[in-house]
Amino acid sequence: MRGIEAPPRRNGELVFAAPWEGRVFAMAIALQQRLAFPWDDFRHRLIAEIERDPQRPYYESWLAALEALTADLPGDQSW
Amino acid sequence: MTGPPHHDAPPSAIEQRVATLEALLTDKGLVKAEFLDAIVRSYENDIGARNGARVVARAWTDPEYQQRLLADGTAAIAELGFGGPEGEHVVVVENRPGVHNVIVCTLCSCYPWALLGLPPVWYKSPTYRARMVREPRAVLREMGLELADDVEIRVWDSSAEIRYLVLPERPAGTEDLDEEQLAALVTRDGMVGVAAL
Repeated sequence: MRGIEAPPRRNGELVFAAPWEGRVFAMAIALQQRLAFPWDDFRHRLIAEIERDPQRPYYESWLAALEALTADLPGDQSW
Repeated sequence: MTGPPHHDAPPSAIEQRVATLEALLTDKGLVKAEFLDAIVRSYENDIGARNGARVVARAWTDPEYQQRLLADGTAAIAELGFGGPEGEHVVVVENRPGVHNVIVCTLCSCYPWALLGLPPVWYKSPTYRARMVREPRAVLREMGLELADDVEIRVWDSSAEIRYLVLPERPAGTEDLDEEQLAALVTRDGMVGVAAL
């Protein structure tokens, strides 16, 4: 057993382990582009979610951060 | 069975949460399925370590570019047309005889996406993030990079403001190669600092 999961041996490995990971990743990128908020607004939430549960799979923290960000969006989207 | 057509199993709880969120954001007019598909494709295929490799190969073949790159990474990288989310404030750290650099993000997963693509799974793991700071030599050895005891290892912890990129040493015996051939030698792991070229 290694200390590090799946150590790299070459370039080009799959970046998303499941389709939903790519989906939730892309939603954050799309939302940031659409609403033009500072990327750190999302990043700080991601850090908070990772700290909340450090062993949780990475993209689950990403999803939780995005859910929190979405919940804080203004109710009326008039842009 | 109501799962997605190409899955045999019903959607997992997490897939349902993602689908719910996407439906909500779609209703608000903030995301579109086709646009999300395009983002995933572009990060999987186009935005990758090849961008960083071009920067490194330029630095190896153009001493003035290398100077600009080390003095102001963000500006020198923009010269080649690279930027975007997480691409701002890039600091390039140079490997040289006796000094090896490696990057980590202890807080989350800050990473120069525009240059290296998405971070690999191990980069985001709690283990890598904690141990690379504490015992870099041991972690690098486990990842297949054995450094002599007299090589100083500098660990760069990415932050909200700064992303790092390692400029590897140009491999010996590559004097006859042109910039494009050199770029082909540069790997993502070399630019993170966890592998030799």
